[in-house]
Amino acid sequence: MTAATNQIRLVGGRAGPEFHLTEEHHPENSTLLGFWIYLMSDCLIFACLFATYGVLGRNYAGGPTGAQVFELPMVAVNTALLLFSSITYGMAMVASQENKVRETLGWLAVTGLLGCGFLGLELKEFAHLIADGAGPQRSAFLSSFFTLVGTHGLHVTFGVIWLVTLMTQVARKGLTETTRRRLMCLSLFWHFLDVIWIGVFSFVYLMGVM
Amino acid sequence: MSADVAHHDHGHAATSGFHATRKDYAVGFGLAAVMTALPFWLVMTHPLGSAALTAGVVIAFAVAQVVVHMIYFLHMNSRSEGGWTMLALLFTILMVGIVLSGSLWVMYHLNANMMTITPQDARQMP
Repeated sequence: MTAATNQIRLVGGRAGPEFHLTEEHHPENSTLLGFWIYLMSDCLIFACLFATYGVLGRNYAGGPTGAQVFELPMVAVNTALLLFSSITYGMAMVASQENKVRETLGWLAVTGLLGCGFLGLELKEFAHLIADGAGPQRSAFLSSFFTLVGTHGLHVTFGVIWLVTLMTQVARKGLTETTRRRLMCLSLFWHFLDVIWIGVFSFVYLMGVM
Repeated sequence: MSADVAHHDHGHAATSGFHATRKDYAVGFGLAAVMTALPFWLVMTHPLGSAALTAGVVIAFAVAQVVVHMIYFLHMNSRSEGGWTMLALLFTILMVGIVLSGSLWVMYHLNANMMTITPQDARQMP
């Protein structure tokens, strides 16, 4: 309580009291904290989907098993694409801190292309599975698989859309405080998706083929 | 990383709350690459023999890699936003733990308590 009262200093001698905030400088509003809390709630969505997959992942209903349908080399390429996109986004953040607009845009473009590559490979895998009769309606295993991996893919899709939007904003308005803040939020979102993918490739693909 | 940088330098890193460096990302990327490649190698070439052991190692690498990403890519620390991000993260980890372990535990017992249906039983069902 004493700390709180110390934060507000009354300055007398003028008409009406003046308030001075002497506490540590707050981050510009709390967008980042709010966004972080959104990410945590998103994390709970994925936890539910992981739990669903954990419960249903071995119910094949006489259909194909994970070992029969998963192609690890393709998953490895996908994982590499997402990991590389994480570091290229990091480079974009570093460039934005150094006020290099063109470099920022360049790294963001590379990140977007890697994200599109990831989505392309994932859609190819889904199309392949569905064509082979291993679509989401085949078994509980495949339903939970498509829901979990599809939800992640949908997040990446929106991430790419967001990325293109931000690239346009940075190109037109430059690296203002607002665009920087938005870049930060997308940075958290993008790295968060990579964290979720660690769970996907470890628990779904690697454990699935064992 | 540097709360004081954000403090003094308004237009610059004020909104970011941290100051990312190339070195951080490079270290994080190196660690993450190793922690990704090793599990894939273990599962694709079976050098360990035992599937249970391989599964254990894969899980251990996954958990370690999540921590690496949190520190080097998401720049988590106990000070950002006055500790509220860390608090939110800890609460989420608790919830995720309850959801995952609770679901698996309950559903495992549910399966164990179900009557097993043989293909013969299935054919005789109405």
